[in-house]
Order: sequence, then structure tokens, then C-alpha cells
Amino acid sequence: MTYIAKPKFHHPGLKKNELGYTHRDYEGKISTLCAGCGHDSITASIIEACYELSIEPHRVAKISGIGCSSKTPDYFLGNSHGFNSVHGRMPSVLTGANLANRDLIYLGVSGDGDSASIGFGQFAHSIRRGVNMTYIVENNGVYGLTKGQFSATADRGSKSKKGVTNTDNAIDLVAIALQLGATFVARSFSGDKTQLVPLIAAAIRHKGASFIDVISPCIAFNNHAGSTKSFDYVREHNDAVNRLDVLVGRDPIAVDYAPGTVQMVEQHDGSKIALRKIDADYDPHDRLGAMTFLQKHAAKGQIVTGLLYVDPDAEDLHEHLNTVETPLNSLEADALCPGSAVLDKINASLR
Amino acid sequence: MPDKKPISSVNDFVVRFANVNGSGSASANEMFARAILRHGVPVSPRNIFPSNIQGLPTWYEVRVTEDGHLGARGGVDMMVAMNPQTWDKDVAGIEPGGYLFYDSTKPMPSTKFRDDITVIGVPLTAITNSTYTDPRQRQLFKNIIYLGALSALLDMDPKLIEQLIGEQYKGKEKLLSSNVHALHLGRDWALQNLKCPIGLRVKKSDKVGDRIFIEGNSAAALGAVYGGATVCAWYPITPSSSVAEAFTAHCKKYRHDPDTGKAKYAIVQGEDELASIGIVIGASWNGARAFTATSGPGISLMTEFIGLSYFAEIPAVIMNIQRAGPSTGMPTRTQQCDIIACAYASHGDTKHVLLFPEDPAEAFEFAAASFDLAERLQTTIFLMLDLDIGMNHRLCRPLKWDDARQYDRGKVMTAEMLEEGRDFGRYLDVDGDGIPYRTYPGTHPTKGSYFTRGTSRDRYARYSEEGPVYADNMQRLVRKFETAQDLVPRPLQANAERPTKYGVIYFGSTSPAMDEAIGLLEARGHQLDRLRIRAFPFHSSVASFLAEHDFVYVVEQNRDSQLRQLIVNENGIDPVRLVPIVHYDGSPITARFIAKAIGDHQDHLKVTPLRKAVS
Ligand SMILES: Cc1ncc(C[n+]2csc(CCOP(=O)(O)OP(=O)(O)O)c2C)c(N)n1
Ligand code: SF4
Repeated sequence: MTYIAKPKFHHPGLKKNELGYTHRDYEGKISTLCAGCGHDSITASIIEACYELSIEPHRVAKISGIGCSSKTPDYFLGNSHGFNSVHGRMPSVLTGANLANRDLIYLGVSGDGDSASIGFGQFAHSIRRGVNMTYIVENNGVYGLTKGQFSATADRGSKSKKGVTNTDNAIDLVAIALQLGATFVARSFSGDKTQLVPLIAAAIRHKGASFIDVISPCIAFNNHAGSTKSFDYVREHNDAVNRLDVLVGRDPIAVDYAPGTVQMVEQHDGSKIALRKIDADYDPHDRLGAMTFLQKHAAKGQIVTGLLYVDPDAEDLHEHLNTVETPLNSLEADALCPGSAVLDKINASLR
Repeated sequence: MPDKKPISSVNDFVVRFANVNGSGSASANEMFARAILRHGVPVSPRNIFPSNIQGLPTWYEVRVTEDGHLGARGGVDMMVAMNPQTWDKDVAGIEPGGYLFYDSTKPMPSTKFRDDITVIGVPLTAITNSTYTDPRQRQLFKNIIYLGALSALLDMDPKLIEQLIGEQYKGKEKLLSSNVHALHLGRDWALQNLKCPIGLRVKKSDKVGDRIFIEGNSAAALGAVYGGATVCAWYPITPSSSVAEAFTAHCKKYRHDPDTGKAKYAIVQGEDELASIGIVIGASWNGARAFTATSGPGISLMTEFIGLSYFAEIPAVIMNIQRAGPSTGMPTRTQQCDIIACAYASHGDTKHVLLFPEDPAEAFEFAAASFDLAERLQTTIFLMLDLDIGMNHRLCRPLKWDDARQYDRGKVMTAEMLEEGRDFGRYLDVDGDGIPYRTYPGTHPTKGSYFTRGTSRDRYARYSEEGPVYADNMQRLVRKFETAQDLVPRPLQANAERPTKYGVIYFGSTSPAMDEAIGLLEARGHQLDRLRIRAFPFHSSVASFLAEHDFVYVVEQNRDSQLRQLIVNENGIDPVRLVPIVHYDGSPITARFIAKAIGDHQDHLKVTPLRKAVS
């Protein structure tokens, strides 16, 4: 039996958030991933972000495809519904779920094999539709679950554990997400919780398609010299453009950042993102600039991280479709069925 | 004078229009069919169109049928030959004694005609050119002019056609009067220059009653509106696209919140069929009624997800408007060829519910019911139409709805039920019918959440690869499928006048041809009991019907007799007793074909002693 439940014991002294929930309320089952897998750190960051935002855990729907990364929704938010769908097809399932009930928070978790290969189309189309979701790719450059084949995000020239050199060009999901009109685009590193946690929190608050590419080294198959997705490589080549804090309505707005290095971004729902700029010239509202910046740094072998682009006034798919505020899944016959009188008229028009 | 006596028939003949795609003939041809309906005479029209868009041939056939036979008849009594490209084939297709109507503006060599038919020339191009200067007008009004000429030749009441034109161009006075003018141009020319009427005539009757005239796809889409579908995801493919297009049109009319103007539906044109079914599954998992419409190749792409729907027990409705396969096959021709592909779609052991409506009225009813079934059974329901009913207008009984009807949302555990302490095991068979309870995401803060997955799990939705746990789940799914037997529409049986050892099983769009064939067979001295199957899983009455008859013919429109295979497989019966009658050239099956195939077999049975194995 590979199913391991966590003991339900709660320490009475655990810190509580606004809603009175502790960290434990945001946890799931015990991970069955390899010890040290980057994906587990992302799980921890998701837990942390949801705790800090004081989200009701059961109001989240967590949806994934198939892969080690896609298993992770089982390891956080144990009180929310999860859906391990089919390989690469998380985005469509999430889109459908979102259409059915616009009131929940949608968290899509995927791998680079899942999203950049078999699910590349679905990734692209869910972004372009502006589905209100937080789409996290746990990017290790390999297929973990099927034991170490190159994925489409593996850099050209990087080496597999067996010493094979990758001759194909890499797909940069961040560049594609920018091009497709994602309204929140970020990159981070599983080993950098300080950066990742607020990014996830801001993405959750963002209304529209949020995309975060998280470099997440695979201990088992992609953490060797010659890999460009290993812990050491990413630490050495990580170039952060900013770090951020997320301030939701109830937080005091008083911020003690030095003027000029902080930029406040107010989102639709009133939440604010405080961007501490590391690269003073970087403007996260400039989609074109972000694309150029990314390419320039990629050419130098640098991995740019941080919040790369945000449109605080984004619209989502429901707005595009002009759907009612009431979740579609709660409408019943009285709201949906035009009734027999209308049908009689329709019949009459067909004679 | 032709050397064969011209066919003479009132209210019972077939007119076929041969046109060039894009010439704007479709609406004039459809008006011809509707005008006959207004005479109180039933019609059964069919579009015959190759897989192309502009400039290539297209045909429209109207069977005028006082007796109300709605299947295709076969043969053409009058050809309206408006396409030079297909002239030879069109002329060759006319029944001996039939009529050829053509544009006589340019003289034709006599070798282009036949001696055994009546040739009727009307200088359509000359008439239009002398009246209109605009090229598009010339093309469009030519169609109305031939409609006018035909009305004189067939003795139709021009008032009824004018009425139709009036309805079509209501509020557009200029278009209305110019169309009526064109109609009379053609009609008057024919009355002055030709012997009118000919042997084929339309006479007022009262055989249409309150029946409506609607395409199967449109009726199915309306069924989805009435059945409460709120999410539709689709990808264009002939002949199913018009389902989603009609659903969109119906929703725009009937599904907006009057106060806010907002939509009580979401329609997404997916990037492909994988996404479309994925959206359906995601929406249904989250408690909305969702469907997709597709055809064979789309079903192939969806099969992985269909397996997920089966195993993870998520409702889904797929409308499959079948066309001729395999592969791209004949994309604009009809068949009933996805029976096996849908019944056992996906890898591993699966079984799916199939519904087989016979006409638009049933397409409406079954479409609405499919959402109840999908939620009750938490699985994929296939609504199996085909091009013949999907894309053609059919006369059928008026659509009906009971306002007291509530949707069957199936077994959904609510927050209150969880609060009461009800044991929630997502895959627990509490009632012994194989159907477990589900919860919608977001139901309760601490109870009722579970993880949906396509991998094996125990009754409490906990991942497990234990053999007995897996087998237990698979057995429950079999129980659930047995439960489905009593929930789906039952087969309808009609017995021959005299007791007989022979039976016939048929389904879906074959139905009208079969009804007509029974009369032809009786005239040949063959009595047959008949059973129209309306769903899979098969109700127990199918097995009884098989047991009661020595031989049962299974009539279907595919090469390999797929329904027969399914019956043999599911009932464990001796295949020899099930005689396949198959028609699969892409044209709709006809009564003539069925009666000949069964009649010949029956005659053969009478003269040949039965083989031991089958006696
Ligand atoms: C249709 C289909 N093809 C192949 C597979 C096998 N498969 C399972 S996971 C996986 C790749 C996972 O890689 P990735 O998404 O990068 O996730 P990781 O395991 O690296 O986190 C593959 C190819 C599958 N499950 N379904
Ligand atoms: S194989 Fe790699 S990706 Fe999968 S759990 Fe192990 S370390 Fe993580």
C-alpha cells in the first residue's frame, strides 16, 4: 500500500492564521517522492502561501496531469478536492472545472513533460483563454516518473545522467506564456522559498491566467554535472529581477521599503504586491520588455527569476464569456429550462 | 414523346436537384420541400454533399410521400439538372419514364438526353439575364425561377410558396417582393410554354398534422438546453458541428439572465477533441451538466478521457453524429459505424451507455435524458446520431416537455448529509446498485473531499494497487452497468399480424426505412416481429426476443454488423441465429434494400432444409 495518511495529532501551540487554521490544515498526505526532490519544496511553498493568504483549504480545487510533479496535489491541502487527470491534459480539465464553478480557487500543477510535450497545446490554449487559475509547472528538464528521459525544456547541450547530450532546442514555457497573453508570469526555483512563496500567493490572488515556471531539480535523474536544471547549476545562474510581498486587504499598508526600490501593484481584488526591485530598470508591466529581457539573459546562460510580468487589470474567461455570477453548477431546471410554453412556440415555428 | 410511358403519380415521387455548391440553391430547394409540406403532404428530404466547399457538386433530394415514409426511397423520378459537371450521371440516374428538368438556354445535342424520359427545358439563364444585371442576383434568382417553373409543372399552389417567402423575408419588403416576382417569372413562363402539369403532381392533403420539421442535430441541441447543459466544449467536425452551433443559437435565445443579460452557459470551441472532452469532464466533476458533440475521428481522440470517465466515475455526455469511417472515410456520408468503438471505448475493460434515437423527437428526448443518466450513473453517455438524421430535416412528432420535471442530479452528498455523519466513501456501494455517492469540490471544510484519479483506489478513494481492491472496484462497475439496463430507454417491440419464428432487430436512423420495409415484406408473404433497440446496455427483453425467434435479422448501416456483434457478445448467443443485413455505401438505407435482403433470405430459408446447427 503506497497510501500513507498523516497522523492527525495537532500541537496545541501551533501558530494560527486569520481563519484560525494552522499549517497542518494545509498539508496533505505524506509525500512518496524521492527524498530531496525539488517538487516537495514546491509543495511546502504552496502550503505556506495558502496558509499566509488564509485561504479556506476546501475552497481550492487542485488539478494535475500525470508525473511525479502531478502527484504532488495529494501532498497539500488534504481537505480540498484533487484531480489527477491524464498525462498533459490538466489544463482542459481545470478549464471545465472553472467554468462549472467560478467561486473556487483553481490550482493547476504540472510537469515539464506534462506541459511542454504531450500537453503543450493544452497549456497554450488555457493561457490564451485567460482561465482564472494558478498554473505551476514543476520543471526539472526530465521525465521523472518514467525515469530520466529528456523533456522538451531540457537545454540544448545539457547532459543526461547517462551522459547523452541533448541536441534539441529547449522550450521556454515562460517565454511562451508571455507570448500567449498570460496576465501573470513568473519564474522561480524550488530551492528559493523566500521568492517562491509570495509569488504563489500573488498568483492565487491574481484574477486571470497566472503562470509560474519553477525550476525543480530531480534528485534521481537530473542533478548531476552537465545538467542545467540541477541544484548547483540553478543556484549559480539564478538572476532575480525582484522579490515580492503580498499584502491582502487586512494587512497594514505601512511598508518600510526604501523608496525607488519598491513598486506597489494593486490587483483587481484590492490585494497589493510589493515588488522589491533588484534590477532597478526592470518593469514588470512591460510584456515586450520582459520577453526581450528573458531572451537576452537566456543567451548568457542566466535563469531569470521573479515576477516577470503582471497585468493587474486582467480579465478572465468568465468575463470573456459574460457568464452569470452564480456558479453554473448550482443552476437548476427553473433557471435553465425554457419550459413547455416556449417549446410550443418552437414547435409552431417548425411547421 | 418518350418511348416509355411517363411516370404518373400524385403525392408519391422523388425529385432530385443537382446543383453546384455555393450557387445559393439550398434555400430554394428547401423551400420546395417546405411548400409541399404546406400542401399537407409529408416529405423526407436529404442533402447529398461530397466533402468539399465551393464549386463542386451537391444534391438535394425530396421524397414526396403521401404515406409518410420517411426513409430514403432510392431512384429519382425527376431530376432538376443544374450542374453541367454531373450531367451524365444525373441523367443516367433517372427512373425509366421519369423527367429531366434543365436550363435550355444553350442548345444541347440529343445524345445528351435519353429516349425513355420526358425532357423539360426552361431557358433559365436567358430569363434571368434579361431581368437582372447584378451577377449575384442572377445566380440567386435563377433558383427561385426554377422553383416557380416546378410549381407549375407539379401543379403546386403558388400562394403557399408566397406565404413561405413572406415568412422568410418578414420585415424585408424589398427582398420579399423581388422573390415573389422571380417565382412568378418562372411559373408564368412554364404555364405559357410547357404542358403543365406533368404526370407528377402535388395535391392538397391532410397527412402532415401537427408534426414538425427539424434536423436531428438541432433537436439534440435543444434537448441539451432543456436537459440543463451549461457547459459545451466542442471541436468542428462534419456532421456534428451544427449541434454546437445550434446549441449556441438556442442558448443565445433562451439562456440569458433577463436582469443582467449574462449567460447561463459557457461554450468553448476547444483546440481539439482532447480538450473538448477534458473540459466536459472537468465541468462535470465540478457538478455542471456538460457535453461535447463530435464524430468518429473525434471519438478516437477522446478515448483516453472516456476511460477516465468510466473508471473515475465522472459524468460526461458525448453526442456522436456518425459518418462513414474508418479514418476520414467518407466524411459527408452516413453510417452507423461507431457502435463497437463507443460501446467499449478506451483501454482496459470498459462498457459505456449508448442511446440510439430514431428521429429528431427522440434525439431531443434522449439528449435531455442523457444528462440525467450521466449524473445518475456517473459515467459517459453516448448519444448516437448519424449524418442522416443529424443533418437532414425530418418530420416528427412535436417536442414535448413536462414542466414538473426536475433534473436527476444523481447521488451527491451534500454538506448537510456529511454533517449528519453519513459515511462518505467515494467508491462505496451503499445501495447495492453499484453507484457510489460523490461530492462536489468545495462542499465541506473537513468532510467529503477526496482525490479523483485514473489509478486504482479503494472504496474510500485511497490509492491502492492491491489486486482484490482493484477487482472489487471493477466488479462494482459491472453492477453499475447492470443497473443502467433499467434506466435507459427500453426496446420497443411490434409483432407481426400472425405468429412468426422470424424477427428483426434495428435501431436509430434505420427506423423509418424499416417501418416501410415491413409492408413490402408482408406483401411478399413474410411476417416478422420487430424490436427497435434504443440503448446499450441491452434490456432483458432483447434476450427474450432472441429466445422467441429461430432467426433474427439485424439491420444496420455498417460493414461488420456491429450491433449484431455487440448482441452476440453481451448475450452469449449462437451467432448463426442472428442474420446480418448490412448497408454501408454511405447512402441512407432504403426500404427497398431491406425488403430485398430479408425477402431473399427468407425465400432461401423456405427452399433449403435448415442446417443442423441452426434448426
Ligand atoms: C498518454 C500517456 N503517455 C505516457 C505516459 C507515461 N508518463 C507518465 S508521467 C510521464 C512524464 C512525466 O514527466 P513530467 O511531466 O516532466 O513530470 P515529472 O515526473 O518529471 O515531475 C510520462 C511520459 C502516460 N501516463 N500517459
Ligand atoms: S524521480 Fe525525480 S522528479 Fe520524481 S520524485 Fe524522484 S526526484 Fe522527484
